[in-house]
Amino acid sequence: MKAATLTIAGRTFPSRLIVGTGKYPSLAVMREAIEASGAALVTVAVRRVDLSRRNGESILDVLSKAKTAVLPNTAGCYNAEEAVRTARLAREVGLSELIKLEVIGDERTLFPDNEGLLAATRTLVKEGFVVLPYTNDDLVVAKRLRDAGAAAIMPLAAPIGSGLGLQNPVTLRILLEEIRDVPVIVDAGVGTASDAAIVMEMGADGVLMNTGIAGSPDPVKMARAMRLAVESGRLAFEAGRIPRKLHAAASSPPEGQIS
Amino acid sequence: MTIRLNGRDQEAPEGTTVLSLLETAGLQPGRVAVELNGSVVPKTGFHRALLREGDVMEVVHFVGGG
Repeated sequence: MKAATLTIAGRTFPSRLIVGTGKYPSLAVMREAIEASGAALVTVAVRRVDLSRRNGESILDVLSKAKTAVLPNTAGCYNAEEAVRTARLAREVGLSELIKLEVIGDERTLFPDNEGLLAATRTLVKEGFVVLPYTNDDLVVAKRLRDAGAAAIMPLAAPIGSGLGLQNPVTLRILLEEIRDVPVIVDAGVGTASDAAIVMEMGADGVLMNTGIAGSPDPVKMARAMRLAVESGRLAFEAGRIPRKLHAAASSPPEGQIS
Repeated sequence: MTIRLNGRDQEAPEGTTVLSLLETAGLQPGRVAVELNGSVVPKTGFHRALLREGDVMEVVHFVGGG
């Protein structure tokens, strides 16, 4: 996998950043932010059409102009059945097998329901979906999802929309060490550029974020910051950091000083 | 006849198909997905899917989300 590209189930995207499309003041700002982020894959939600009013420009029209691939989610689903139903409809709207699978287990934290997530993953994989499950940073669950055929593992850094940044570096590090055969994409909790850089420096294959960009007072500028953070974090990971030492080590030669 | 459309009762003339209902509502069939009585209706079947009294239909599309 090259520094700038992310491969999911044989499909290569020219960016390791995946962005959401929620919470923008307008489709125009959303498009500008997506373009500034460099993301080639963007998430959308599936909802009922409001039949009581004329529907304006479709988000799909805007995304096709921005030339991004679409990753529908099952946000708001609280059990496997609802998530599977939503995924099937999403496939019909977008005519793509990609699905960001969310099965939520708790309303306040939006933490995933592991049991439902695993059940829905199994069903959708059987039906030919490319399943990207949003999960917590639990290695055992991640292994089960991978073994069930998930195309990537998407652990949270912190609760969705919290902007707290990575809360459990040790559990993420363990997960990154153990899950080597599918990409690990950190999904949720990124609040600013350094949060994204930190998980990329640890070796995450990608980052997915929405509120971190859309919730900024200047989403377009933040989108560019996130793009750079993901790229620089990845480069630092590939280059390799120096070992941490307690005491100083001079950078300039000790010999030849004037006395 | 009355059908249940996105959680609301809706009157529709006999002979209404999924496609004609979407067109009446001003929706582009390519931008939505339809579920009829719990099963997804493929886009290629919109023009053949005849609605009947009491049918439960869901019409969804993509919106902004994470």
